[in-house]
Amino acid sequence: MRITLDQDRCCGAGTCVLTAPDVFDQDDDGIAVLLDAQPPAHLAAAVRDAAARCPAAAIRMEAE
Amino acid sequence: MSTAPRHVLVVGASIAGLTAAETLRREGYDGLLTLIGDEPHLPYDRPPLSKQILTGAWEPSRAALRSSDEYDRLGIDVLTARRATALDPGRRTVELDDGERIAYDGLVIATGVRPRRLPTGHGLDGVHVLRTLDDTLRLRDHLLRRPRITVVGAGFTGTEVAAGVRTLGLDTTLICPGPAPLAGRLGPVIGHLVGRLHADHGVRLRTGVGVTSLTGSDGHVTGLELTDGSHVDADAVVVAIGSTPATDWLRGSGLDVTDGVVCDAYCRAAPGIYAAGDVARWHDPRLGTPMRREHRTNAAEQAIAAARNLLGAREPYAPLPYFWTDQYGDRIQAYGICSPGTEPRIVHGSPAEGSFVALYGEDGHVTGALGWNSARQLRTYARQLIQEPVAAAR
Repeated sequence: MRITLDQDRCCGAGTCVLTAPDVFDQDDDGIAVLLDAQPPAHLAAAVRDAAARCPAAAIRMEAE
Repeated sequence: MSTAPRHVLVVGASIAGLTAAETLRREGYDGLLTLIGDEPHLPYDRPPLSKQILTGAWEPSRAALRSSDEYDRLGIDVLTARRATALDPGRRTVELDDGERIAYDGLVIATGVRPRRLPTGHGLDGVHVLRTLDDTLRLRDHLLRRPRITVVGAGFTGTEVAAGVRTLGLDTTLICPGPAPLAGRLGPVIGHLVGRLHADHGVRLRTGVGVTSLTGSDGHVTGLELTDGSHVDADAVVVAIGSTPATDWLRGSGLDVTDGVVCDAYCRAAPGIYAAGDVARWHDPRLGTPMRREHRTNAAEQAIAAARNLLGAREPYAPLPYFWTDQYGDRIQAYGICSPGTEPRIVHGSPAEGSFVALYGEDGHVTGALGWNSARQLRTYARQLIQEPVAAAR
Protein backbone atom coordinates (compact mmCIF):
# COMPACT_ATOMS: atom_id res chain seq x y z
CA MET A 1 0.00 0.00 0.00
CA ARG A 2 1.34 3.38 -1.03
CA ILE A 3 -0.33 6.61 0.11
CA THR A 4 -0.24 10.00 -1.54
CA LEU A 5 -1.41 13.15 0.15
CA ASP A 6 -2.26 16.26 -1.86
CA GLN A 7 -1.57 19.09 0.60
CA ASP A 8 -2.92 21.63 -1.88
CA ARG A 9 -6.36 20.01 -1.50
CA CYS A 10 -6.20 19.61 2.29
CA CYS A 11 -8.82 21.67 4.17
CA GLY A 12 -7.31 21.05 7.59
CA ALA A 13 -10.21 19.11 9.06
CA GLY A 14 -7.86 16.77 10.87
CA THR A 15 -10.09 13.76 10.17
CA CYS A 16 -7.07 11.73 9.04
CA VAL A 17 -5.16 12.43 12.25
CA LEU A 18 -8.10 11.27 14.34
CA THR A 19 -8.64 8.17 12.18
CA ALA A 20 -5.04 7.06 11.53
CA PRO A 21 -2.73 8.92 13.95
CA ASP A 22 0.25 6.67 13.15
CA VAL A 23 0.17 7.73 9.51
CA PHE A 24 -0.98 11.37 9.52
CA ASP A 25 -0.20 14.52 11.47
CA GLN A 26 -1.06 18.20 10.98
CA ASP A 27 1.25 21.20 10.74
CA ASP A 28 0.61 24.51 12.53
CA ASP A 29 -1.77 25.63 9.77
CA GLY A 30 -3.75 22.44 10.15
CA ILE A 31 -2.48 21.04 6.86
CA ALA A 32 -2.10 17.27 6.94
CA VAL A 33 1.38 15.78 6.91
CA LEU A 34 2.13 12.23 5.82
CA LEU A 35 4.25 10.44 8.43
CA ASP A 36 4.50 7.14 6.59
CA ALA A 37 3.81 6.78 2.86
CA GLN A 38 4.06 2.98 3.03
CA PRO A 39 2.50 2.02 6.35
CA PRO A 40 2.40 -1.59 7.55
CA ALA A 41 -0.52 -3.78 6.50
CA HIS A 42 -2.28 -3.67 9.87
CA LEU A 43 -2.90 0.07 9.36
CA ALA A 44 -4.47 -0.35 5.93
CA ALA A 45 -8.07 -0.36 7.17
CA ALA A 46 -7.56 2.83 9.19
CA VAL A 47 -5.90 4.58 6.25
CA ARG A 48 -8.71 3.53 3.89
CA ASP A 49 -11.18 4.92 6.40
CA ALA A 50 -9.22 8.17 6.62
CA ALA A 51 -9.19 8.46 2.83
CA ALA A 52 -12.94 7.86 2.61
CA ARG A 53 -13.71 10.39 5.36
CA CYS A 54 -11.31 13.12 4.18
CA PRO A 55 -13.63 16.03 3.30
CA ALA A 56 -11.17 17.32 0.71
CA ALA A 57 -10.51 14.02 -1.08
CA ALA A 58 -6.80 14.69 -0.50
CA ILE A 59 -5.71 11.13 0.36
CA ARG A 60 -5.22 8.51 -2.33
CA MET A 61 -4.15 4.91 -1.89
CA GLU A 62 -2.58 2.56 -4.34
CA ALA A 63 -2.17 -1.15 -3.72
CA GLU A 64 1.24 -2.45 -4.66
CA MET B 1 -32.05 -7.29 5.54
CA SER B 2 -32.53 -11.02 6.03
CA THR B 3 -30.33 -12.15 3.14
CA ALA B 4 -27.27 -10.47 1.66
CA PRO B 5 -28.12 -8.16 -1.26
CA ARG B 6 -27.07 -9.15 -4.79
CA HIS B 7 -27.72 -5.88 -6.60
CA VAL B 8 -27.22 -2.59 -4.82
CA LEU B 9 -28.29 0.50 -6.69
CA VAL B 10 -26.92 3.90 -5.67
CA VAL B 11 -28.89 6.83 -7.08
CA GLY B 12 -26.85 10.01 -7.11
CA ALA B 13 -23.22 10.03 -8.22
CA SER B 14 -21.64 12.78 -6.16
CA ILE B 15 -19.53 12.26 -3.03
CA ALA B 16 -22.28 10.55 -1.00
CA GLY B 17 -23.15 8.11 -3.77
CA LEU B 18 -19.53 7.36 -4.61
CA THR B 19 -18.58 6.89 -0.95
CA ALA B 20 -21.54 4.57 -0.39
CA ALA B 21 -20.49 2.44 -3.36
CA GLU B 22 -16.85 2.30 -2.31
CA THR B 23 -17.79 1.49 1.28
CA LEU B 24 -19.94 -1.43 0.15
CA ARG B 25 -16.93 -2.88 -1.65
CA ARG B 26 -14.62 -2.12 1.27
CA GLU B 27 -16.99 -3.98 3.57
CA GLY B 28 -16.84 -7.03 1.35
CA TYR B 29 -20.02 -6.70 -0.69
CA ASP B 30 -19.32 -8.59 -3.93
CA GLY B 31 -22.66 -8.47 -5.74
CA LEU B 32 -23.68 -6.15 -8.57
CA LEU B 33 -23.18 -2.47 -7.85
CA THR B 34 -24.63 0.30 -10.01
CA LEU B 35 -24.07 4.03 -9.49
CA ILE B 36 -26.44 6.34 -11.38
CA GLY B 37 -25.92 10.09 -11.85
CA ASP B 38 -27.84 12.64 -13.88
CA GLU B 39 -24.78 14.70 -14.79
CA PRO B 40 -22.66 13.89 -17.86
CA HIS B 41 -19.49 13.60 -15.75
CA LEU B 42 -17.98 10.87 -13.60
CA PRO B 43 -18.20 11.73 -9.88
CA TYR B 44 -16.36 14.91 -8.95
CA ASP B 45 -15.92 16.92 -5.77
CA ARG B 46 -18.09 20.00 -5.24
CA PRO B 47 -16.23 22.19 -2.71
CA PRO B 48 -13.60 23.25 -5.29
CA LEU B 49 -16.34 24.49 -7.65
CA SER B 50 -16.98 27.76 -5.81
CA LYS B 51 -13.26 28.10 -5.03
CA GLN B 52 -10.43 26.79 -7.25
CA ILE B 53 -12.50 25.85 -10.31
CA LEU B 54 -14.40 29.15 -10.42
CA THR B 55 -11.28 31.26 -10.19
CA GLY B 56 -9.43 29.08 -12.69
CA ALA B 57 -6.73 28.11 -10.16
CA TRP B 58 -7.53 24.46 -10.99
CA GLU B 59 -8.36 22.81 -14.27
CA PRO B 60 -11.86 21.27 -14.10
CA SER B 61 -10.37 17.77 -14.33
CA ARG B 62 -8.80 18.24 -10.88
CA ALA B 63 -12.25 18.04 -9.32
CA ALA B 64 -12.66 14.44 -10.56
CA LEU B 65 -12.72 11.98 -7.68
CA ARG B 66 -11.73 8.72 -9.46
CA SER B 67 -10.49 7.68 -12.87
CA SER B 68 -12.66 5.40 -15.02
CA ASP B 69 -10.12 2.59 -14.41
CA GLU B 70 -10.81 2.75 -10.69
CA TYR B 71 -14.53 2.12 -11.21
CA ASP B 72 -13.67 -0.91 -13.36
CA ARG B 73 -11.29 -2.19 -10.72
CA LEU B 74 -13.92 -1.86 -7.98
CA GLY B 75 -16.63 -3.39 -10.15
CA ILE B 76 -18.83 -0.29 -9.95
CA ASP B 77 -21.04 0.16 -12.99
CA VAL B 78 -21.37 3.95 -13.38
CA LEU B 79 -24.25 5.27 -15.46
CA THR B 80 -23.82 8.99 -16.20
CA ALA B 81 -26.38 11.40 -17.68
CA ARG B 82 -29.21 9.13 -16.52
CA ARG B 83 -31.87 10.42 -14.20
CA ALA B 84 -34.01 8.34 -11.88
CA THR B 85 -37.66 9.28 -12.35
CA ALA B 86 -39.55 6.89 -10.07
CA LEU B 87 -39.13 4.40 -7.25
CA ASP B 88 -41.38 1.40 -6.58
CA PRO B 89 -40.33 0.07 -3.16
CA GLY B 90 -42.84 -2.81 -3.39
CA ARG B 91 -41.41 -4.21 -6.61
CA ARG B 92 -37.94 -2.92 -5.70
CA THR B 93 -37.37 -1.11 -8.98
CA VAL B 94 -36.10 2.31 -9.99
CA GLU B 95 -37.24 3.78 -13.26
CA LEU B 96 -34.90 5.94 -15.33
CA ASP B 97 -35.65 8.84 -17.68
CA ASP B 98 -35.42 6.60 -20.76
CA GLY B 99 -38.08 4.25 -19.34
CA GLU B 100 -35.64 1.53 -18.26
CA ARG B 101 -36.52 -0.16 -14.95
CA ILE B 102 -33.67 -1.39 -12.81
CA ALA B 103 -34.35 -4.00 -10.14
CA TYR B 104 -32.45 -3.76 -6.84
CA ASP B 105 -32.45 -5.45 -3.52
CA GLY B 106 -30.52 -2.69 -1.77
CA LEU B 107 -30.93 1.01 -2.58
CA VAL B 108 -28.98 4.08 -1.49
CA ILE B 109 -30.60 7.43 -2.24
CA ALA B 110 -28.01 10.18 -2.61
CA THR B 111 -29.59 12.61 -5.05
CA GLY B 112 -28.49 15.71 -3.14
CA VAL B 113 -30.12 19.10 -3.50
CA ARG B 114 -31.04 21.54 -6.24
CA PRO B 115 -30.38 25.28 -6.01
CA ARG B 116 -33.36 27.37 -5.11
CA ARG B 117 -34.22 29.99 -7.73
CA LEU B 118 -35.81 33.43 -7.73
CA PRO B 119 -39.48 33.39 -8.77
CA THR B 120 -38.59 35.05 -12.09
CA GLY B 121 -35.58 36.17 -14.10
CA HIS B 122 -33.69 32.91 -14.61
CA GLY B 123 -34.57 32.91 -18.29
CA LEU B 124 -32.27 35.92 -18.84
CA ASP B 125 -28.73 35.37 -20.12
CA GLY B 126 -26.16 36.14 -17.46
CA VAL B 127 -28.21 34.76 -14.56
CA HIS B 128 -26.44 31.84 -12.91
CA VAL B 129 -26.83 29.30 -10.16
CA LEU B 130 -23.91 27.26 -8.87
CA ARG B 131 -24.32 23.62 -8.01
CA THR B 132 -22.76 21.54 -10.77
CA LEU B 133 -19.47 21.56 -12.67
CA ASP B 134 -21.32 22.71 -15.79
CA ASP B 135 -22.90 25.60 -13.83
CA THR B 136 -19.41 26.59 -12.69
CA LEU B 137 -17.84 26.42 -16.15
CA ARG B 138 -20.69 28.51 -17.58
CA LEU B 139 -20.11 31.15 -14.92
CA ARG B 140 -16.34 31.00 -15.38
CA ASP B 141 -16.75 31.56 -19.13
CA HIS B 142 -18.90 34.57 -18.37
CA LEU B 143 -16.31 35.95 -15.91
CA LEU B 144 -13.74 36.07 -18.74
CA ARG B 145 -15.84 38.90 -20.21
CA ARG B 146 -15.21 40.88 -16.97
CA PRO B 147 -18.86 41.53 -16.04
CA ARG B 148 -20.05 43.65 -13.16
CA ILE B 149 -21.33 40.88 -10.97
CA THR B 150 -23.93 40.68 -8.23
CA VAL B 151 -24.22 37.68 -5.95
CA VAL B 152 -27.65 37.21 -4.40
CA GLY B 153 -27.51 35.38 -1.08
CA ALA B 154 -24.71 35.40 1.48
CA GLY B 155 -24.54 31.83 2.74
CA PHE B 156 -21.53 29.60 2.12
CA THR B 157 -21.93 29.44 -1.66
CA GLY B 158 -22.74 33.13 -2.06
CA THR B 159 -19.85 34.36 0.07
CA GLU B 160 -17.34 31.98 -1.57
CA VAL B 161 -18.46 33.04 -5.05
CA ALA B 162 -18.23 36.73 -4.09
CA ALA B 163 -14.74 36.18 -2.67
CA GLY B 164 -13.66 34.24 -5.76
CA VAL B 165 -14.84 36.77 -8.32
CA ARG B 166 -13.56 39.70 -6.28
CA THR B 167 -10.15 37.99 -6.15
CA LEU B 168 -10.26 38.07 -9.96
CA GLY B 169 -10.63 41.85 -9.70
CA LEU B 170 -14.25 42.04 -10.84
CA ASP B 171 -16.70 44.70 -9.69
CA THR B 172 -18.65 42.69 -7.10
CA THR B 173 -21.83 43.33 -5.14
CA LEU B 174 -23.09 40.92 -2.49
CA ILE B 175 -26.77 41.05 -1.60
CA CYS B 176 -27.40 39.79 1.89
CA PRO B 177 -31.02 39.60 3.09
CA GLY B 178 -29.91 39.11 6.72
CA PRO B 179 -27.92 41.45 8.97
CA ALA B 180 -24.54 40.05 7.84
CA PRO B 181 -23.08 37.34 5.59
CA LEU B 182 -23.30 33.83 7.10
CA ALA B 183 -25.22 35.30 10.08
CA GLY B 184 -27.99 32.79 9.50
CA ARG B 185 -25.47 29.99 9.97
CA LEU B 186 -22.94 31.36 12.45
CA GLY B 187 -24.72 34.26 14.14
CA PRO B 188 -24.29 38.03 13.84
CA VAL B 189 -20.91 38.31 15.62
CA ILE B 190 -19.05 36.07 13.17
CA GLY B 191 -21.30 37.33 10.38
CA HIS B 192 -20.15 40.92 10.85
CA LEU B 193 -16.51 39.79 10.71
CA VAL B 194 -17.21 37.98 7.44
CA GLY B 195 -18.93 41.11 6.17
CA ARG B 196 -15.94 43.25 7.10
CA LEU B 197 -13.62 40.80 5.33
CA HIS B 198 -15.61 41.21 2.13
CA ALA B 199 -15.85 44.98 2.48
CA ASP B 200 -12.10 45.23 3.13
CA HIS B 201 -11.50 43.43 -0.15
CA GLY B 202 -13.71 45.86 -2.05
CA VAL B 203 -17.00 43.97 -2.27
CA ARG B 204 -20.03 46.25 -2.17
CA LEU B 205 -22.04 44.65 0.59
CA ARG B 206 -25.77 45.32 0.79
CA THR B 207 -27.28 43.91 3.96
CA GLY B 208 -30.90 43.69 5.05
CA VAL B 209 -32.24 43.84 1.49
CA GLY B 210 -33.74 41.28 -0.84
CA VAL B 211 -34.36 41.16 -4.56
CA THR B 212 -37.71 42.23 -5.97
CA SER B 213 -36.94 41.47 -9.60
CA LEU B 214 -34.22 41.21 -12.20
CA THR B 215 -34.13 43.66 -15.08
CA GLY B 216 -33.08 42.75 -18.59
CA SER B 217 -32.61 44.05 -22.08
CA ASP B 218 -32.53 41.96 -25.27
CA GLY B 219 -32.73 38.82 -23.17
CA HIS B 220 -29.67 39.67 -21.08
CA VAL B 221 -29.72 40.65 -17.43
CA THR B 222 -28.96 44.33 -16.75
CA GLY B 223 -29.51 44.60 -13.03
CA LEU B 224 -31.61 44.02 -9.96
CA GLU B 225 -34.43 45.88 -8.24
CA LEU B 226 -34.05 45.60 -4.48
CA THR B 227 -36.67 45.61 -1.73
CA ASP B 228 -35.55 49.03 -0.47
CA GLY B 229 -36.44 50.52 -3.86
CA SER B 230 -32.85 50.83 -5.07
CA HIS B 231 -31.39 49.41 -8.27
CA VAL B 232 -28.05 47.68 -8.85
CA ASP B 233 -26.55 47.46 -12.34
CA ALA B 234 -25.13 44.05 -13.18
CA ASP B 235 -23.99 42.13 -16.25
CA ALA B 236 -23.93 38.84 -14.35
CA VAL B 237 -26.03 37.66 -11.42
CA VAL B 238 -25.34 34.58 -9.33
CA VAL B 239 -28.34 33.38 -7.36
CA ALA B 240 -27.21 31.52 -4.23
CA ILE B 241 -30.29 31.51 -2.01
CA GLY B 242 -30.12 27.97 -0.68
CA SER B 243 -31.32 24.68 -2.02
CA THR B 244 -34.05 22.08 -1.78
CA PRO B 245 -33.69 18.27 -1.57
CA ALA B 246 -33.87 16.55 -4.96
CA THR B 247 -36.76 14.24 -4.12
CA ASP B 248 -39.23 14.97 -6.97
CA TRP B 249 -38.55 11.52 -8.39
CA LEU B 250 -39.70 9.92 -5.12
CA ARG B 251 -43.18 11.44 -5.27
CA GLY B 252 -45.67 8.59 -5.23
CA SER B 253 -43.12 6.12 -3.86
CA GLY B 254 -44.66 6.13 -0.40
CA LEU B 255 -41.43 7.38 1.20
CA ASP B 256 -41.74 10.39 3.49
CA VAL B 257 -39.93 13.20 1.66
CA THR B 258 -40.82 16.12 3.95
CA ASP B 259 -37.69 18.27 3.50
CA GLY B 260 -35.51 15.35 2.46
CA VAL B 261 -35.72 11.57 2.60
CA VAL B 262 -36.83 10.89 6.17
CA CYS B 263 -34.72 8.17 7.80
CA ASP B 264 -34.21 6.60 11.20
CA ALA B 265 -30.97 6.86 13.19
CA TYR B 266 -29.46 4.18 10.90
CA CYS B 267 -30.08 6.26 7.74
CA ARG B 268 -32.79 3.77 6.77
CA ALA B 269 -35.86 5.15 4.97
CA ALA B 270 -37.65 1.82 4.36
CA PRO B 271 -36.67 -1.87 4.24
CA GLY B 272 -33.60 -2.13 1.99
CA ILE B 273 -33.63 1.65 1.31
CA TYR B 274 -31.06 4.01 2.83
CA ALA B 275 -30.26 7.68 2.21
CA ALA B 276 -27.10 9.74 2.62
CA GLY B 277 -25.79 13.23 2.05
CA ASP B 278 -27.63 16.51 1.46
CA VAL B 279 -30.90 14.72 0.62
CA ALA B 280 -31.13 12.66 3.83
CA ARG B 281 -33.09 13.78 6.88
CA TRP B 282 -32.12 11.30 9.52
CA HIS B 283 -32.80 11.07 13.24
CA ASP B 284 -29.56 12.42 14.74
CA PRO B 285 -28.97 10.59 18.03
CA ARG B 286 -26.44 13.23 19.09
CA LEU B 287 -29.15 15.91 19.00
CA GLY B 288 -32.17 13.67 19.48
CA THR B 289 -33.94 15.31 16.57
CA PRO B 290 -34.37 14.89 12.80
CA MET B 291 -31.55 16.63 10.95
CA ARG B 292 -30.50 17.33 7.38
CA ARG B 293 -27.02 18.68 6.68
CA GLU B 294 -25.60 20.11 3.48
CA HIS B 295 -21.90 19.76 4.28
CA ARG B 296 -19.25 17.88 2.36
CA THR B 297 -18.06 16.05 5.48
CA ASN B 298 -21.53 14.81 6.28
CA ALA B 299 -22.02 13.48 2.75
CA ALA B 300 -19.03 11.12 3.04
CA GLU B 301 -19.54 10.10 6.66
CA GLN B 302 -23.24 9.49 6.28
CA ALA B 303 -22.62 7.44 3.13
CA ILE B 304 -20.21 5.22 5.07
CA ALA B 305 -22.83 4.73 7.80
CA ALA B 306 -25.67 4.08 5.34
CA ALA B 307 -23.63 1.55 3.35
CA ARG B 308 -22.51 -0.31 6.46
CA ASN B 309 -26.06 -0.41 7.80
CA LEU B 310 -27.38 -1.63 4.46
CA LEU B 311 -25.05 -4.60 4.94
CA GLY B 312 -26.40 -5.17 8.44
CA ALA B 313 -24.07 -3.25 10.78
CA ARG B 314 -26.88 -1.53 12.75
CA GLU B 315 -24.80 1.43 13.89
CA PRO B 316 -26.61 4.70 14.63
CA TYR B 317 -25.19 7.65 12.71
CA ALA B 318 -24.10 10.27 15.26
CA PRO B 319 -21.52 12.50 13.60
CA LEU B 320 -19.69 15.52 14.92
CA PRO B 321 -20.44 18.11 12.24
CA TYR B 322 -17.50 19.79 10.53
CA PHE B 323 -17.38 22.40 7.81
CA TRP B 324 -14.94 24.89 6.45
CA THR B 325 -14.89 27.83 4.09
CA ASP B 326 -11.98 29.59 2.39
CA GLN B 327 -12.37 33.27 1.54
CA TYR B 328 -9.54 35.60 0.45
CA GLY B 329 -6.99 33.23 1.92
CA ASP B 330 -8.69 33.21 5.31
CA ARG B 331 -9.88 29.82 6.49
CA ILE B 332 -12.91 29.45 8.76
CA GLN B 333 -13.49 25.99 10.23
CA ALA B 334 -16.09 24.76 12.66
CA TYR B 335 -16.80 21.59 14.58
CA GLY B 336 -20.06 20.76 16.30
CA ILE B 337 -23.17 22.90 16.50
CA CYS B 338 -22.55 26.63 16.08
CA SER B 339 -26.07 27.82 16.74
CA PRO B 340 -26.63 31.28 15.22
CA GLY B 341 -28.89 32.20 18.16
CA THR B 342 -26.12 31.93 20.75
CA GLU B 343 -23.30 34.41 21.29
CA PRO B 344 -19.91 32.80 20.70
CA ARG B 345 -17.20 33.34 23.32
CA ILE B 346 -13.69 34.06 22.06
CA VAL B 347 -11.22 31.90 23.95
CA HIS B 348 -8.07 32.31 21.90
CA GLY B 349 -6.64 35.13 19.76
CA SER B 350 -8.86 37.98 18.58
CA PRO B 351 -10.62 39.21 15.45
CA ALA B 352 -8.15 42.14 15.36
CA GLU B 353 -5.28 39.65 14.98
CA GLY B 354 -7.18 37.88 12.20
CA SER B 355 -6.94 34.64 14.11
CA PHE B 356 -9.17 33.35 16.88
CA VAL B 357 -11.17 30.45 18.29
CA ALA B 358 -14.77 31.02 19.40
CA LEU B 359 -16.90 28.58 21.36
CA TYR B 360 -20.65 28.22 21.00
CA GLY B 361 -22.94 26.83 23.66
CA GLU B 362 -25.47 27.50 26.33
CA ASP B 363 -25.35 27.30 30.13
CA GLY B 364 -21.62 26.60 30.13
CA HIS B 365 -22.10 23.57 27.86
CA VAL B 366 -19.93 23.86 24.73
CA THR B 367 -21.69 22.64 21.58
CA GLY B 368 -19.44 23.97 18.84
CA ALA B 369 -16.03 25.51 18.16
CA LEU B 370 -15.15 27.85 15.33
CA GLY B 371 -11.62 28.70 14.29
CA TRP B 372 -10.66 31.63 12.09
CA ASN B 373 -7.15 30.97 10.77
CA SER B 374 -6.61 28.87 13.91
CA ALA B 375 -6.46 25.24 12.85
CA ARG B 376 -3.94 24.20 15.46
CA GLN B 377 -5.72 25.80 18.43
CA LEU B 378 -9.08 24.55 17.19
CA ARG B 379 -7.92 20.94 17.25
CA THR B 380 -7.93 20.77 21.06
CA TYR B 381 -11.57 21.85 21.18
CA ALA B 382 -12.52 19.47 18.38
CA ARG B 383 -11.15 16.56 20.38
CA GLN B 384 -13.17 17.62 23.42
CA LEU B 385 -16.35 17.86 21.35
CA ILE B 386 -15.80 14.39 19.89
CA GLN B 387 -15.69 12.98 23.40
CA GLU B 388 -19.08 14.49 24.27
CA PRO B 389 -21.53 11.72 25.16
CA VAL B 390 -23.96 10.66 22.47
CA ALA B 391 -27.58 10.13 23.47
CA ALA B 392 -28.92 6.61 22.94
CA ALA B 393 -30.24 5.91 19.45
CA ARG B 394 -33.97 5.75 18.95
